[in-house]
This record gives sequence, C-alpha cells and structure tokens, in this order.
Amino acid sequence: MNMAKLLQVSDLRVEFLTGRGTVRAVGGVAFQLDRGEVFALVGESGCGKSTTALAVMRLVPPPGRILGGSIRLRGDDLLTLDEDSMTQVRGRHIAMIFQNPMVSLNPVYRAGAQVQEAIVLDQVPKNEAWRRAVDLLGRVYIADPAHRALSYPHELSGGMRQRVMTGMMVSRQPDLLIADEPTTALDVTIQAQVLDLLLELRDRTGMALLIITHDLGIVAEIADRVGVMYAGSLVEQGPVFDIFEEPLHPYTRLLMRALPRLTKGQGSLHTIPGQVPSLIQLPPGCPFHPRCPDRMEICSTKMPGLTVPAGGREVACYLHGVGERQ
Amino acid sequence: MLEYSVRRLALGVLTVLAVTLVLFSVMQLMPGDPIRLLADPGRVPPHRIEELQRQWGLDRPVAVQYLYWLGNLARGNFGHSIISGQSVSVLIASRLPFTLVLALTSLLLHYLLAVPLGLLAAVRSGSRLDRAIVVITTALRTIPGFWLAILLMLLFAIRLRWFPISGYQGLSSLVLPVATLTLPMLGGTVRLTRAEVLETIGERFVLTAYAKGLGHRAVRLRHVLRNALIPVTVMFFLSLPWVVGGSVIIENIFAWPGMGRLLWGSITNQDLPVVQGIIMVIAILTVVCNTIGDVISGLLDPRVRIELEEGR
Repeated sequence: MNMAKLLQVSDLRVEFLTGRGTVRAVGGVAFQLDRGEVFALVGESGCGKSTTALAVMRLVPPPGRILGGSIRLRGDDLLTLDEDSMTQVRGRHIAMIFQNPMVSLNPVYRAGAQVQEAIVLDQVPKNEAWRRAVDLLGRVYIADPAHRALSYPHELSGGMRQRVMTGMMVSRQPDLLIADEPTTALDVTIQAQVLDLLLELRDRTGMALLIITHDLGIVAEIADRVGVMYAGSLVEQGPVFDIFEEPLHPYTRLLMRALPRLTKGQGSLHTIPGQVPSLIQLPPGCPFHPRCPDRMEICSTKMPGLTVPAGGREVACYLHGVGERQ
Repeated sequence: MLEYSVRRLALGVLTVLAVTLVLFSVMQLMPGDPIRLLADPGRVPPHRIEELQRQWGLDRPVAVQYLYWLGNLARGNFGHSIISGQSVSVLIASRLPFTLVLALTSLLLHYLLAVPLGLLAAVRSGSRLDRAIVVITTALRTIPGFWLAILLMLLFAIRLRWFPISGYQGLSSLVLPVATLTLPMLGGTVRLTRAEVLETIGERFVLTAYAKGLGHRAVRLRHVLRNALIPVTVMFFLSLPWVVGGSVIIENIFAWPGMGRLLWGSITNQDLPVVQGIIMVIAILTVVCNTIGDVISGLLDPRVRIELEEGR
C-alpha cells in the first residue's frame, strides 16, 4: 500500500557467525524514509545501527549475513536482487559515506580520481568526468578544487577528506544518502560544516538522508525523524521534536536524561545503570528489561511488539500497550 | 620524487663505504702475512722482505692502505687472484652473468607461480584450496636446498635423463638449479600475497569503492590488487641479493659456473682478493636492489613518497 515510500525496511534481521556464538546484530528492524526526508538512527556503540545501514547497501561484511526481512526501494526488494543488479543500485540510487574519512579513501589515488571513478560509471567520458569531479569538489566547499583534486588523501585534512567522500557519494545523484557517523572523527567546527553541507545537498537535490549516529546533538540539528536502537532492536521512532519533548520508551527517556544540560549548570551527569547486553546471549523478552526502571512481569518473558500511539510514532514497550510484532 | 631517489642513492653509497671499512678491518685482523707467504723469511734476507713490503705499500699506515685500496675499488680494480694471478674484476665479470641468469630466472618464475597462488588462496580464503596452497608451499619451504637438489638430480637427471646433471650445457642446464631455488621460495611469497590481499579486502576504502557503485571486478583490480601488490612488488627487489647469496651452495651442487662457485673455491683456497671482490659485488648488489625497492615503493605509494620528501 505504501508503494510511494522511497525506502521501506521491514523485519530486517542480520547476524554474525563468530567463534563465540551467533551475534544477533539486527533483530527485526523496520523503518521507512520518504523523498527528501532526514531520518536518524541513534544508539550506543554496538546497538546494530551501522550494521543496519550496511545491510541497506547489502554490504554487511562476512561473517555477517542478512537473515531475512525486506528492504524495498520504491517497492522493489533489494534483498531479492542478484549481485549485478545490486551493483547498479549502489552509488546510483543509494550511496553511503563512512565514519572515518582517514581510512575510507584509497591512499594511492588522487582525490579527484576517486570522484571521477564514480562519475565514469554513468557512461561519462573520462575528461568530462574529471571536469565534473573538480566542479563537485568546489560545490562541497573545497577551496581551489582544481588543485585539490590532484591531492592524495593523506595530503588533505580530515574535514576535507569527508567533503571529498561526500562529493564522491553525491556525484551520481542518489535518491538516498546513508551517512554512518559522518562527523565522528572531525572536530566540532568541522562537524557543523559537514552537517550543513549534507542538509544543503538534501535541499538542492531532494535526496533523502539516513544518518547513523550516537550523538543526540546531531540528531536534534539535522533529523526530521529519529529511530532509537537498543541491542539490535528499534525501540522507538517518531518525529524528532516529539521524541525529544516526550520520549515514550524508558531507554529513550534515560538516554535523553543522560544528555549534559548546560542550563542546569551543576550536578553530576546522569548515566543509565547496568550494561548493554551481549548480542550473543540476549535476555529473553525486551532486551532492555534488566536495566529498565519501569519493568513489569511480562517484560522478561516476551518481546513487546510495536505500538502506534499517535502522531506517526512507534514504540516497543508494554507501558504503551501490547503492540503487534510486524 | 627525484630528490627522494637521490637521497636513497646517497644513503646507498654510504652503506657501501661502511661495508668496505668492515671488510678492510677483517682483512687486517686476519692472521698471516701475505709477504711471508710470498717470501719465506728463513730463506729470503730481511732487507729483501722490507723491499717487498715497501713495494706493496704494506709499510704505510693502515689508514693510508685503506684509502689506497678504496681508490682502487672505485676504479674497478679489485686486485689479482693469489692462485691464478688473474684480475679479480675479470674473473667476477666472467661469472656474474651466470649467477644473475640463475637468480633472476628463479625469482621471476617463483613470482609467476607464487603471486597467482597467493591471490587464489586469498580469494578462496578458508577453503580447502586455500589450505592446500598454504600447506604445500610452506612444506616446500622447509626442504633444505641441498637435499632437494640431490633428489631432483636423482630423479630428472639420472633416472629420467631429462636434464643435464650439472655444469652448463645450454638452457636445459638451468632447469634443475632453477627448480631447486624456486620451490623453497614459494611459501614466503604466497603467504605475503595472501596476507596483503586479505588485509586490503578488509580496508574501509574497499567498502567505499563498493558503495559508489563499482562492481566486484573493478573493486578487486583497482582497489584491492593495486594496493596489496605494493609490498609484493618491492619484495622482488629485496629478494634478489638474497637469492644471489643463497645460490652459492646450489651453484656448487650443480657445478654452475657462477659467482657462488667461484666464491666457494676461493674460500677453500684462501684466495682473499677474490673473496673480497665477490663480497663487495654482493654488497653493492644488495644496496642497489634496496635502493630500487625504495624508489619503486615511492612510485607506487604516494604516502611513502611524501614521508621521504619531508625528510623522515
């Protein structure tokens, strides 16, 4: 029914087969994105947000594998495509920029050549592609792009490398750009510039953005909607303003409280007691119940389904109803 | 890049100088006196011995002797063989081509075999094929060269009579010594290639290459192979002097008329000038090959280039 959605992920499950056991990295995640929308997936390290993003690209590295679910791009399930067709999707329809631009660009090729390499894929002649690459580097605010295109990655600063990466990934005008911790390795002023750049590109091209981050500050600044992940599950999602204003899931609530508030001026930082569960041996029921201040009898027996309160929100918690696992 | 190469070259010249100093010191520390070998003090009057010492410059200070010797080396004058009286440079020049042919053929053949095997092992990593390649080539590595040589001789020269047993009788004589040198070398290069490819496949920039829409082939060729083969290529040049040194024993077993055989004969005959000359040639070859390896590494990897241009 929702065929118009740009991206519709449902019941996505990914696991890693390791020597110590099976890691259930992503356990039944569902979310969707409209054209031009900015959706942020937040969570702690190891909660499965990056794996979710890689799964959308079908680039989960071994020993990981996508167990099931569907990833529909304008209705077509990417999980049913053969490898060649998926190659056609990558870069052209969905592109992705990675966390650490230091190691995400190939050290032996010039910055411009790495952008050119993407453009050539759309049957653009080489010299025309180079011209466009230089042009793109200018549009991602790299000063003196004709000269910088000839630089090797190690000759560029972290911020510039992330711009090169961004330019490379938008060069084929994808409908969706996934950004995995796009600003984590950068200092704060550069972070703001990169975020502004991403929003500007969204405005100009109408592409949708899927931002993966652990930084609620970034979420507040850039996202339209946000999904909160915990131990491989999406526990809550909704419009960014609502989630910040009135978090429904106890985990989201504690996460918001753990944010340092400059206005309060004093006191210690709040933390969430307990530890993130091992993804090899998840507790039965809701994965958050061992740390949850509001846990009930049922929480340790059965995973709550998604409840849809109102206003485009979803939450997986018995406090808000039994829900239905989709 | 030019500045970098010049810097490497200067470093190489210094290394050769250091080798000459060590070599000269060893000569000084050696027991025995060449004059006493030439003229028995029991039968030759002392004034004649002094005259001989003057004639050969052996009455001069050690430092002067060293500089004199260095000057001769620089002009390509390595002295004369005590045994045959032939010029050492002429002797070495007649043998060096044989050694280089043997070493280069073995090295090239071993690369032609080991690099594709290493790639195959990496691409099929974890499979039975991968394990078989690694285990077999590693096992070959543990076989001592002299023993392998004798086995090959017994089978292919004596039993099957496919190849000459020893000496140099044309190209067919190359087969057995080349096989003896090549087989044990495979293991190292297979493992290096495999490890480099596997490491590169795990790099983030490979993920980037896929993410921008490149297919498997392009990613493997342009991003995995291009990067993984840098150390493998450099290793070729670093191995050459090692193979030349390692072929001494093999040349003797196969009576190959190369420098290694000359070295062996000169050592047993205590023909010092020849031994020194050969050691100098191997030292120079080592330095030259290392320099080429460094320059190639700089050409292939811009990071190395910058590091060196910044003088680190």
